[in-house]
Amino acid sequence: MNIVVCIKQVPDTKGGVKFNPDGTLDRASMLAIMNPDDKAGLEAALRIKDETGAKVTVVTMGLPKADDMLREALAMGADEAVLVTDRRLGGADTWATSSTVAAAVKKLDYDLIITGRQAIDGDTAQVGPQIAEHLSLPVISYAEDIKVEGNSVVVKRQYEDRYHEVKAQMPCLITALSELNQPRYMTPGGIFDAYEKEVTVWGRDDLTDLDDANIGLAGSPTKIAKASDKVRKGAGEKVALDPKESVEYIVNKLKEKHVI
Amino acid sequence: MSLEEYKGVAIFAQQVDNKLSSIAFELIGKAHELAADLGTDVTAVVLGSGIADLADKLGEYGADKVVVIDDPALETYRTEPYAQALTAYINEYKPEIMLVGATAIGRDLGPTVSARVKTGLTADCTSLEIGDFPLVAKEGQEQKHNQLLMTRPAFGGNTIATIACPDNRPQMATVRPGVMQKLPKEAGRKAEVINYKPELKENNRYVEILNIVKNATSTVDIMDAKILVSGGRGVGSPENFKLLEDLAEVIGGTVSCSRAVVDSGWKPKDLQVGQTGKTVRPNVYFAIGISGAIQHTAGMEESDIIIAINKDENAPIFEVADYGIVGDLNKIVPALTEALKAELADKQ
Repeated sequence: MNIVVCIKQVPDTKGGVKFNPDGTLDRASMLAIMNPDDKAGLEAALRIKDETGAKVTVVTMGLPKADDMLREALAMGADEAVLVTDRRLGGADTWATSSTVAAAVKKLDYDLIITGRQAIDGDTAQVGPQIAEHLSLPVISYAEDIKVEGNSVVVKRQYEDRYHEVKAQMPCLITALSELNQPRYMTPGGIFDAYEKEVTVWGRDDLTDLDDANIGLAGSPTKIAKASDKVRKGAGEKVALDPKESVEYIVNKLKEKHVI
Repeated sequence: MSLEEYKGVAIFAQQVDNKLSSIAFELIGKAHELAADLGTDVTAVVLGSGIADLADKLGEYGADKVVVIDDPALETYRTEPYAQALTAYINEYKPEIMLVGATAIGRDLGPTVSARVKTGLTADCTSLEIGDFPLVAKEGQEQKHNQLLMTRPAFGGNTIATIACPDNRPQMATVRPGVMQKLPKEAGRKAEVINYKPELKENNRYVEILNIVKNATSTVDIMDAKILVSGGRGVGSPENFKLLEDLAEVIGGTVSCSRAVVDSGWKPKDLQVGQTGKTVRPNVYFAIGISGAIQHTAGMEESDIIIAINKDENAPIFEVADYGIVGDLNKIVPALTEALKAELADKQ
């Protein structure tokens, strides 16, 4: 069986976000990492590979430097990697991104497509379900557990207060939660091999089943009107008192505000 | 498509187990403001099986029209029949704005439907208003009026962006639960009810539900609480949460927590406040032993009064707290509980 995993390179926001003086994101000074939900999706694919001998292909759309992340995926155990990169694809919203990635996936053999639930930069959780829509596949999002049973997958699909165990016929698309598993590390041999392997690079013209009306900034239905560093609520009072005085302070504030 | 054909503000009224979710009422509240600016009305679209009686409730909370799509295939949420039904509604009734809750259902249904009707979708909005796009007229570019301007956080809440969808309809947004205000209930207020029966076709995209497992955890919803007593890793242990529970009981509040507490297995995920948990806006939010990572503050900074107790004077929580107390929660919290008990006893 063939598994395609869609992954994205994102800035690591764990230590906060840095901005240029002009207010744009300072991507250069932030580490670029494989998006955590996507990495969980890759691990899920590699576990299926361990059991069934499936072939795992990773696909990303991004800047040429996303090659680093693809080689990390190869070193973890992916068999092939595809980088979709072209200036004409830049500025894409989720519609244009999902249209483009779907066109790339169409060129590959797939029984199962796995994406992360959402990327930590955009946080939209849209691209996975929309790729499924463009490919007319069943989608199961928010997956916490994935089992392959013959030509079907059985997935634990998380909601706020429950989960559904659902079964879908392959081909289908699953979006993975980072809670799904603990991704494996790259192996030394894997790292060595990863740099021997060829990453397939496709530009816009390689994606024949893709309309110009659906790519890049111009092909994006949503447009940014304004973007800014978040104006945060300012700090209020801060006091360091002994416990008894602290309690009096809090009680007085609750009285002032008519809470008690 | 002609954009002028699209009229009215519609909301997806999510129900689970034939009970409307709080987000349905919050969306109606916001839709009313938008509809007033546009001089139009608010339609709530409810999908399910055996749900006819939900229409009255949507009317009492402000829906002018309720479109009911009642079909056995819609009994339990599955992407495909729900997407077919909502897509059919959009194609038939052509709303200019379609709002969906940013819930585990809405964040699956929204992207699928927006791709199916080929329009934009802005995720997890925290603010919506009617305005011009571009915001300021630019030479050589038509400035469009009466556009939906959708504001949302990105990069873990570090930036905010305002997004428009000028050339496609409907303008679609998912809206974060707990951010918009529901209208007060108006008993007896009636909506015009439309029973709409699109033909749902079973296809290769239907999935089979094998099993439904409800979490047997607490029944309270922290998003409805007026007072939250929230604990972080600094509380120290699951047993030590007893201090917070005692305080919550005295003041009539509910206990919630940060992600670290859920990750440590001390509390269930449905009590988690923050970007990957729930967005809350209670009257009072006690942040106890919570350092205040940006992912946490993104979920609670709209609270009316934030009181933080933390022994680390440099904790980022103090940057959003109205009242910050640098000190030992183990000493302050029990004493506070006792003091409040005495205060409240005096009042009775």
